[in-house]
Amino acid sequence: MTGPLYEVFVRAKRGLNHVHVGSLHAADDAMALRNARDVYTRRNEGVSIWVVRADAITASSPDEKEPLFDPAGDKVYRHPTFYEVGDVPHL
Amino acid sequence: MDDLERQFEETVARHDRIEPRDWMPEGYRRTLVRQIAQHAHSEVIGMQPEGAWITRAPSLRRKQVLLAKVQDEAGHGLYLYSAAETLGVTRDELEARLMSGAQKYSSIFNYPTPSYADVGTIGWLVDGAAICNQVPLCRTSYGPYGRAMVRICKEESFHQRQGFELLMTMMRGTDEQRAMVQESVDRFWKPALMMFGPPDAESPNTARSMAWGIKRHTNDELRARFVEMTAPQAEALGVTLPGNDVDWDELKRVVSGDGPCNAERLAHRQQAHDDGAWVREAASR
Amino acid sequence: MSPTSNVDHGPYDGLDATDPAHWAFGTGFADPLDGIDPHVPDGVDRVALAALCLRLGDEALLLSHRLSEWCSRAPDLETDVALANVALDLLGQARLLLARAAVVEPGVVPELPAGSPVPAEDALAFFRDPPAWTGSRTAALANGDFGHTVVRLFLASTVRLVVLQRLTGHPDPVLAAVAAKGVKELTYHRDWSGRWVVTLARGTRESRRRTTAALGQLAPAWAELLDRDPAVRDDVEAVLDQLLDASDLERPDEGGELPDDLPDLLAEMQSVARAHPQGRW
Repeated sequence: MTGPLYEVFVRAKRGLNHVHVGSLHAADDAMALRNARDVYTRRNEGVSIWVVRADAITASSPDEKEPLFDPAGDKVYRHPTFYEVGDVPHL
Repeated sequence: MDDLERQFEETVARHDRIEPRDWMPEGYRRTLVRQIAQHAHSEVIGMQPEGAWITRAPSLRRKQVLLAKVQDEAGHGLYLYSAAETLGVTRDELEARLMSGAQKYSSIFNYPTPSYADVGTIGWLVDGAAICNQVPLCRTSYGPYGRAMVRICKEESFHQRQGFELLMTMMRGTDEQRAMVQESVDRFWKPALMMFGPPDAESPNTARSMAWGIKRHTNDELRARFVEMTAPQAEALGVTLPGNDVDWDELKRVVSGDGPCNAERLAHRQQAHDDGAWVREAASR
Repeated sequence: MSPTSNVDHGPYDGLDATDPAHWAFGTGFADPLDGIDPHVPDGVDRVALAALCLRLGDEALLLSHRLSEWCSRAPDLETDVALANVALDLLGQARLLLARAAVVEPGVVPELPAGSPVPAEDALAFFRDPPAWTGSRTAALANGDFGHTVVRLFLASTVRLVVLQRLTGHPDPVLAAVAAKGVKELTYHRDWSGRWVVTLARGTRESRRRTTAALGQLAPAWAELLDRDPAVRDDVEAVLDQLLDASDLERPDEGGELPDDLPDLLAEMQSVARAHPQGRW
C-alpha cells in the first residue's frame, strides 16, 4: 500500500471537537491531509482535518480498563446532582 | 469458558460493541475479517460494471452523477479496508486474497452491463438490495465495521435514488428507451435476489454469525423484505418484475468463479494493481 | 425506527438520509451562481463571450473526461477518489460554461431535430463534431501512465489557474463567478498534482525515469498551452521552474508534435447520446 496508515479526525463545524472518522494510507503527512480531504469530506462534512500516523498514537489497553476507569465510577461528589439545595433560582 | 470469553459473550449479548483492542475469539475475528474484506472487495469490483459507462454517459448531468457514484464505491471500499485493518490484517494482504480467489466478492458484479439502462437498474435493484443487506449491519457488534456501515448506508441512499431517477426519466423517453429499461430489469432481477445469499436451509454459518451479532437477519428474511419493498416501486416505474424463482445452482456457479464476467473483473483489478505498483513503491519511500 | 438512531455519527450526522436536501451532495451545498444576475451586461461582445466560455468549457470537459477514465484503475483507492474529485470539479465548470455559452449566443448550439429534449449544454457536448471543438490537444490527449497524468494535470491546471484568476474581474457576472469558483478548485488541482510530480520524481529510479519521460512527452503540451494563452506566460513559467527545482528535474526541449486524440475521445463520449437523439436521460 502507498505509505503508512493514518488516522483521520474531522471537525464538522466551528465549535465542535474533531471526531475520528476513519483511516487511510498516504505517502507523507501532507498527502495524508489531502487524501483525507478527498476521501472523508466529499460531501462538505468538515471545516478542519487532523491526520496522525496510526503508529504514533498511544492507546490505553482494554486490560487496563479496571485500574484506569473504575476508580472514577464512585466519585459521585464530582457531579452537581450530588448536592441537595432545594428549589433555589439559577442554581 | 474463561473470563475473557465470558466478558466477550456478555458484551455481545447486551448489544454493546466490540472494539479493536478487545479480546475476541479467533473464530469471531476470522469471520469478521472475511466478511468485511468480501464486502470491501465487492465495493471495489463493483466499480467496474457501471464505471465502464462513465465515458459514454449520455448527458453531462448523468456523467457527473455516475462518476460521483462510482467514486463513492472506491470510498466505501476504503472505509471497509480500514475497518478490516483494525483486526490486524493489511490492505495489501486482503487485495492479494481477492486476486488469488481466496476471498470472494458479491456475485452480482459478475453479470455484464451491455446497456446504459443497466446503470439505472444497478442503482435501483442492486443498491436497493445492498441497502437491505447493509442497514442492519450499522448495528453489527464490531464497532469499526458498524461505523463504516453507517456512513456507507447514508451514501448508498443517493445511489439507489439516482438509479431510480434514471429509469424513471428513460421511461418517459422513447419506446426504445422503455424497452431498454424492461430488458435490463429482466436481466438483473434474479441476480439481485441472489445477493441475499443462499436460502436459510443452505446457509450453514448464519446461526453462529447471528449469535455473535455480526449478522442481524437471515438471508430469506432480508430477501422477502426486498421483494416487498420493490414491488410498488416497479409499479410506479411501469416495469414488470420477472418471477422470484431463483436457480440456486447458478448462484453457486457464479460464486465459485464461473459467472459471465468473473475473469474479466479480476483481470481488470489485477491490471490496475500491477500498473500502479511503481507509483505505490515510489510513494512508500 | 431508524437503524442508525441512538448512535453518535460525528461529522456525518448532517447526511441523514431522512432529509431529502442531503441526498446527493451533503450539507451546505451552494449554487455557484446563487445571487448572480444572469443578464449579459450592455456593451459585452456576445460572440466573443460565447467563444471564450466555450473554449474554457471544452478544455474542462475534455480533461475531466480523460481523468474520469482512471476511475477503478488508479494506483490505490485514495488516488482513485482524488482523481474523480478533480474530474468532477472540471465537469462542474464545463457544465456552467457550456450552458453560459448557449445562453449568450444560441447560434453556437448545434441544431437538433424539432422536439428534441436535449438541453443546450448536452447538444454542445454530444452533438458537436470535432472541428467545432475549441479545447487544446493537450486536454484531449489519450492517457498514459499515472506519471503522464499528474504531469499533464499540473501543466494544464497551472495555466488554467492563472487564466481564471484574471477572469474573476470579467464584466460578465456569470463568467466571473465561474472563474472565482474555479480558482479555488484549480489551486487544489495544481497543488495535488504538483506534489505527486515531486513524489514520483524523488521516489524510485523507475518512478524518476517515468516522470522524466512524461515531462519530455508533454513538452509540446506546455508549448501549446502557452500558445493558447500567451498573456500568462511569465506567471506560469515561474511556477513550472519551481516544480522542476523541487523535483530536481531538467526542463525538456520543447520540440515535437501532439497527436490529435479528440476524434477518438468524442466517438466514445458521444456514442450513446447520438444513438438516441430523442432520448431523455
